[in-house]
Amino acid sequence: MSATLEVRNLRTHFFTRAGVVKAVDDVSFSVERGQVLGLVGESGSGKSVTGFSIIGLIDPPGRLTGGSILYQGEDLAKLSERDMRHLRGNRIAMIFQDPMMTLNPVLRIDTQMTEAVHAHVKTTNADARARARDALGMVGIPSPEERLNAYPHQFSGGMRQRVAIAIALLHNPDLLIADEPTTALDVTIQAQILAEVQKLTTDHGTALIWITHDLSVIAGLADRIAVMYAGRVVETGEATDVLDHPVHPYTHGLIGSVPSRNKRGERLRQIPGMTPSLLSLPPGCAFRTRCTHATSVCEQEPPTSEPSPGHTARCFHPIEGNAP
Amino acid sequence: MFTWILRRMFQASFVLLAMTVIVFVGVHVIGNPVDILISPEADQAERAKIIAEMGLDQPLWRQYAYFLNGALHGDLGRSFVFNEPALKLIGGRMPATLELAVTAVLMSMCFGIPLGLYAGLKPNGFLGRVIMTGSILGFSLPSFWVGLMLIMVFAVQLGWLPSTGRGETAMLFGVRWSFLTWDGLRHMAMPALNLSLFNISLVLRLTRAGVRENLTMDYVKFARAKGLSPARVIFVHILKNIMIPVTTVLGLELGSTIAFAVVTESVFAWPGMGKLIIDSINVLDRPVIVAYLMMIVLMFITINLVVDILYTMLDPRVRLETKA
Ligand SMILES: Nc1ncnc2c1ncn2[C@@H]1O[C@H](COP(=O)(O)OP(=O)(O)OP(=O)(O)O)[C@@H](O)[C@H]1O
Ligand code: SF4
Ligand SMILES: [Mg+2]
Repeated sequence: MSATLEVRNLRTHFFTRAGVVKAVDDVSFSVERGQVLGLVGESGSGKSVTGFSIIGLIDPPGRLTGGSILYQGEDLAKLSERDMRHLRGNRIAMIFQDPMMTLNPVLRIDTQMTEAVHAHVKTTNADARARARDALGMVGIPSPEERLNAYPHQFSGGMRQRVAIAIALLHNPDLLIADEPTTALDVTIQAQILAEVQKLTTDHGTALIWITHDLSVIAGLADRIAVMYAGRVVETGEATDVLDHPVHPYTHGLIGSVPSRNKRGERLRQIPGMTPSLLSLPPGCAFRTRCTHATSVCEQEPPTSEPSPGHTARCFHPIEGNAP
Repeated sequence: MFTWILRRMFQASFVLLAMTVIVFVGVHVIGNPVDILISPEADQAERAKIIAEMGLDQPLWRQYAYFLNGALHGDLGRSFVFNEPALKLIGGRMPATLELAVTAVLMSMCFGIPLGLYAGLKPNGFLGRVIMTGSILGFSLPSFWVGLMLIMVFAVQLGWLPSTGRGETAMLFGVRWSFLTWDGLRHMAMPALNLSLFNISLVLRLTRAGVRENLTMDYVKFARAKGLSPARVIFVHILKNIMIPVTTVLGLELGSTIAFAVVTESVFAWPGMGKLIIDSINVLDRPVIVAYLMMIVLMFITINLVVDILYTMLDPRVRLETKA
């Protein structure tokens, strides 16, 4: 089975005045047709930058400095902007973090949807409108025909995110990158949208990358999980392996901070400390300032271990046993 | 909406009233028009007769009451100099100023928006920097000096454009306009450019700032993620957002442009209201001064009203009801 997307040793750096921000530094993972990859990590770990790198929307001072992004065997990093544009929104789509900011406030919904249709198919305005209307209906927006004439500010946050999802799914993409699309929404709507996106993607065999900082969101959804820390994937594997037998201390910490996993009355365990500044990352394991298992050897580059087939972690002292 | 307009009218009449008082007192303080207007050779009886004709023998408050009474009946008094109704005098000069100011504002959009777009999209390019430096000159060079330089270069040195007057005019709606004839347009080119220089710089900077800001917005990134062409992103998604502040500011600037036409009209001997008011101030022709200032205040009020309405049309998020 060939992967829909295979990211190999991806590096995306921002060359700012203050120095080089290695937002994504040697990241590898793959997603197969119809599968869901959960990309997890704290704020600032480089999840969004990874997503934007794949869809080719990294702007200066950012630049892909290494690695390859193989989409159905073709390296997107080497594609011309023109060819990339034909894939964008067509074969590879993305939903953004903040639904309030995703839609253009001064353009009507129909404009924003039909232009997305016209960008990739030669068709009449009437047909583009019909497609837009059907897409709105599919994501559960009531009376889509009338809502087409509305402006974004006339929708709630949840409804706006549905519109964005409808736009992303207009062309039944092979790959959908969902960048924390439910974080800004309240819990019940989160669950609805999650379920809907999952249904729509499995129906079409779309490979899905679901980005989140909250492990509990994707626990029941993801086939595979990649855990990111300070621009690197520190642990990756089948969802059951990573969730039930995490070996990296950071993954342990993340699982420990999921509310449902904590016993009642027990205090929520947080990983102490903060994400280090990516500007001045010292060599060695980036987690060592916060890691309870750290030893002096952790100042070296940690090796990759493979506790079970397809389950890898970058750590000198992998933890054995079950999840906390 | 209706009450909103009514309230604006009410506020406006107060402004008008205050302004007329200031002018009456002001002119009274500056000097006595009689000294300037009546030839020194006139004998005592003749003098008294003229003074009585102008109503200047009355105390100031009575002159004002007399003026107010006339104003309520649509009569702003007769010019001391031309012995013609002041309104008619100004009305006769207004088309020249209006067409000059409107042309200047249109020119500032035609030059300012494209230049600003370019400078915003290529902020670090050589041309982008040149444009920005140029805009500083546009802000800071005194208008009369630029006017004289334009005359030096294009009229005196190159002989391309005429430097004084309105040129040939044509009738439309019973009024003579220069913009309807080729000769008139040639006469208008330099004064309009001179008058628009400040606004070009203003629009250019607004546009550039708008582009810079919009480029970082999620909705622009999402538009790109849909696979739209760069042209569509720039000219629809970005430009539509930028047009809101640009139109608002330019609309408001129309009033000041008309008011500032005084300098340009003097330099290019353009027979508009500005030139009339300068002459009238020199001879303390109070009825003309009052009438002119009332016109200007009314114009500002009307323009503000129109801009507000226009603004709500451009920006779907703003509704008049919520603004009132
Ligand atoms: N344009 C940029 N210039 C400089 N640094 C940037 C830029 N964009 C992102 N970064 C840096 O890259 C790092 C990763 O950012 P990213 O947005 O990918 O984090 P994230 O994992 O998506 O976090 P969050 O959960 O908050 O969305 C951050 O440290 C950020 O400061
Ligand atoms: S390498 Fe060392 S510091 Fe890093 S996670 Fe493993 S034990 Fe902790
Ligand atoms: Mg993010």
